[in-house]
Amino acid sequence: MELDYKKLGLKVGLEIHQQLDTDRKLFCHCPTTLREDEPHGEIKRFLRVSQSEMGDIDRAALVEWKKGKCYIYQYYNDTTCLVELDEEPPHLPSQEALEVALQVALLMNMNVVDEIHTMRKIVIDGSNTSGFQRTMFVAKDGYVETEYGKVGISSLCLEEDASRRIEEGEDYIKYRVDRLGIPLLEISTEPDIDSPEMGRETARRIGKILRATGKVKRGLGTIRQDINISIREGARVEIKGVQDLDLIEKVIEREVVRQMNLLDIARILRERRAKVVDKVVDITELLRDTRCKVLQRALKRGGKIKGILLKGFGGLIIREIQEGRRLGSELADRAKVIGGVGGLFHTDELPNYGITEEEVERIKNYIQRELGMEITSEDALVFIGDEEEKVDRALEGVMERAREAIEGVPEETRKALENGNTTYLRPLPGAARMYPETDIPPIKVDRELLERIKDNLPEMPEEKLERFIREYKLNRELAEILVTSPRVQLFEEFCEKFRGKIKPTLIGTTLENILKEVKREGYNIDNLKREHFITLFEGLVENKMSKEAIVEVVKGFAEYPDKSLDEILEMKGLKSLSREEGEKIIEEIVDKNIDIVRSKGIGSMGIIMGKCMAVLRGRIDGKTVSEIVRSKIMERLKE
Amino acid sequence: MENYQVGDLVYVKTKDTQYRGIVMPSLEEDMLVIKMENGYNVGISKERIVSIEKIDRGETPRYKKVGITPKRREDLKNISILSTGGTVASRVDYNTGAVHPAFTAEDLISTFPELLEIGNISARPLMNILSENVLPLHWKRIAEEIKKEVDRGAEGVVITHGTDTMHYTAAALSFMLDTNIPVVLVGAQRSSDRPSSDAPLNLISAVIAASEPIKGVYVVMHGESGDTFTYLHEGVKVRKCHTSRRDAFRSINTIPLAKIYPTSGRIEYLRDVDRLEGEDPKVEINTNLEEKVALIKIYPGIDGEIINYYIDRGYRGILLEGTGLGHAPEAIFPNIRYALDSGLLVAMASQCINGRVNMNVYSNGRKLLELGVIPCEDMHPEVALVKMMYLLGNYPLEEAKRLLTVNLKGEIKKSTRFDCY
Repeated sequence: MELDYKKLGLKVGLEIHQQLDTDRKLFCHCPTTLREDEPHGEIKRFLRVSQSEMGDIDRAALVEWKKGKCYIYQYYNDTTCLVELDEEPPHLPSQEALEVALQVALLMNMNVVDEIHTMRKIVIDGSNTSGFQRTMFVAKDGYVETEYGKVGISSLCLEEDASRRIEEGEDYIKYRVDRLGIPLLEISTEPDIDSPEMGRETARRIGKILRATGKVKRGLGTIRQDINISIREGARVEIKGVQDLDLIEKVIEREVVRQMNLLDIARILRERRAKVVDKVVDITELLRDTRCKVLQRALKRGGKIKGILLKGFGGLIIREIQEGRRLGSELADRAKVIGGVGGLFHTDELPNYGITEEEVERIKNYIQRELGMEITSEDALVFIGDEEEKVDRALEGVMERAREAIEGVPEETRKALENGNTTYLRPLPGAARMYPETDIPPIKVDRELLERIKDNLPEMPEEKLERFIREYKLNRELAEILVTSPRVQLFEEFCEKFRGKIKPTLIGTTLENILKEVKREGYNIDNLKREHFITLFEGLVENKMSKEAIVEVVKGFAEYPDKSLDEILEMKGLKSLSREEGEKIIEEIVDKNIDIVRSKGIGSMGIIMGKCMAVLRGRIDGKTVSEIVRSKIMERLKE
Repeated sequence: MENYQVGDLVYVKTKDTQYRGIVMPSLEEDMLVIKMENGYNVGISKERIVSIEKIDRGETPRYKKVGITPKRREDLKNISILSTGGTVASRVDYNTGAVHPAFTAEDLISTFPELLEIGNISARPLMNILSENVLPLHWKRIAEEIKKEVDRGAEGVVITHGTDTMHYTAAALSFMLDTNIPVVLVGAQRSSDRPSSDAPLNLISAVIAASEPIKGVYVVMHGESGDTFTYLHEGVKVRKCHTSRRDAFRSINTIPLAKIYPTSGRIEYLRDVDRLEGEDPKVEINTNLEEKVALIKIYPGIDGEIINYYIDRGYRGILLEGTGLGHAPEAIFPNIRYALDSGLLVAMASQCINGRVNMNVYSNGRKLLELGVIPCEDMHPEVALVKMMYLLGNYPLEEAKRLLTVNLKGEIKKSTRFDCY
């Protein structure tokens, strides 16, 4: 379905979170590395929100608080410290991270504030040991250019990343604090984006700017996008955790469809004068002998089954609103998140799941009597079986969502699914949950430093591409790979170091094509460090090895990162031969095949070359082999 | 241009951009700090401001009084909570970012409703002093106020206190009070405006301890970094041993008296304790103190003149925080002799903090003993200092000397448990 997004009044804003690859964390001196080995210990804590002066409690905070969980934090003695564990005040912020933030602000044409204040943003899900995230507003009102037009950048904040969620149980959440404190740039755009493609392009453009600094982390989970989407008469929906750039387009498309369908449903509901009957009816006894497995299990554990009447909702609960998702899915989401139940039943899809026609009739009649209201085919019943307290909470959530369905689109925070659909996460966070971090004095932005950063802004990828082609004489294809590569800094460093000795194209091919090939063959290229490449290139310069041996040497280092170049060459049988040694071997081969040489003359060159290379590949330069073969053939022919 | 004040909503134009937000207090003359609508504070250099337009006058935040009148329960003890500074409970005004302390019983109970299950709570602020600014005269005031509370029917008293000098106050109250009810000092290492504050569990534990049938002065603080249990320490054997951790307070030369599990309300005694039941609460106080007592830390190269300085200033006691088993360089022996000849009480504790002073092992110690220096047994220096103040405030020199090595309130234990270090 081709949609006219302009006519629909689509408004999209992005919020991009990018981890920085700095030497230390934002508020302590620990490295910014994640670990997969066994943590050294765990600490169990509770969090409590202070009352606000106004007595208002934030909706999102309340949802978390109601869950009443304890939090378990995993730590490492050598790469995390007391600061992450909230056992020591924060250190002054990383200057490196601040400078990257300023750099990005200037690259996005923003106005940097004169004094940066660190704030505490209350986050009550336990992901921050302190119960708040430290964050600094650095710059405002900038813009980036995209091929679909300018997109305003409203703010750039520098903040600390949260802990990683490791596992969740009934009454606890386990976090690992290795990620806590990694500097994070938060970039928010204005809602200037008016099409899905423009959304993708804007994210791509901002991503390029971030990578141009050379100080951002790469790989899964290091950049996270949140998308704010609304259409006319719809509502602002915040979609969290879109990790893949290509998903942005789809998420926007599908959210537009979702909001259109919800608006359509709302229109029908209003026409039908639909109403959520605010009374919960206990129907446990009616289903005492049900064959439905889910309900049986609930009853066996002493649970209850309760139902509600949604007047005018009949037939609409199974209406599809996104591919594979119905209004019923949205009701069920609320029941799951708010009540912690597994799901719900509604009459649009019954009889089914072991619930019989008779049972449905019995429930209908009972509820009809209990509520003193007639139930027609235009109405729907929803019921849930589980522990009583969970059922009550879940049905409350369902009723709230159903009421919102009559209004239209609810404002909420949703989580992106892999196929571009979304599911309910929590209400939109309230705004006023920030207060100053008194442990960190305000930071004056040094105008001289700002000027210096301005004069040394990193090249954007397009400029770099042209320079690589011009300066290093790379072909466009290789240059394009290199400018977006995480190894681009290595490439430039090696080109400088081996200037006039090794061609940049060979350095580039080694770092990209050869590395990819080696990885494809299943070698662990994470073992390859800067020093390995330096050793390899030095080996080339000193004629210890030939160009043809590069692939094997790279494989060797990937396999045995602690071995020396000589050992690798020895193991792989790639020790370079001197010209004299080469001549001897080639002479033998020529003599062994003297008949061919005699009969074909210089035309035997190809065959002989092939036989020689089979023995000498990687041990002596191909060009040299070719020279020797030619001269030996000529020699023999003269005899 | 300066027609706005803190709290006003303003629109600020600078050379390059504009800001809208509420004016915040700023420490720097040349910086305007505003809280923007997104909640962030930013500083705007005044010299870059082109214009400031006042949009709205600031509203004084309305204080909503919590309407709780807890019912007295006959089965619970009357517990008084007195605050001396810092805040065990606070409210945050996210509009301005201001943190307001909560002092009244109503405030405390609305913040920590669990307290209603533990005791009949009354609460009032005594003073508001950072603990590093606490003086001996404040110890006296706290002692007097405790007496008032007990006279009014308190059966347990909780004192909230800044942590820096909490163990000095605990020691002072230990010597000044003679009581048959528990007086429990409690603090927090993370301020109460933070969701991760240790204040709630510490306070709840303190109230639990104050409801126990025990007597004397105690300190209750986190037992480990996690929020699982707190320790009940004897007021004369406890010390702050870490600058920032929740479990900063440690029992010195003994183990804590009990472990308290605040979420379940369970208390587990780790040592034998005299349990008192059925007595009417009573307290006698003796607030005489000699404040002219100095604590001098020994170090290689110390200049003995510092001792003379105190002597000449009319000091009546000097506590040396010696090295090892209780030693000091021979170079300052003449100064020590001068002090003793001048009628001062000179005593020795160890900068090792852990372990007992024993001045018979090395000749240096023996010489100091011969000079007349009194060894402070297993008291850590802060307790020994406070005890000297108390003794010199109440007894003649010779009696003070004698009592310094006699256990009065549990500060000296003749046997040291192996498991306390």
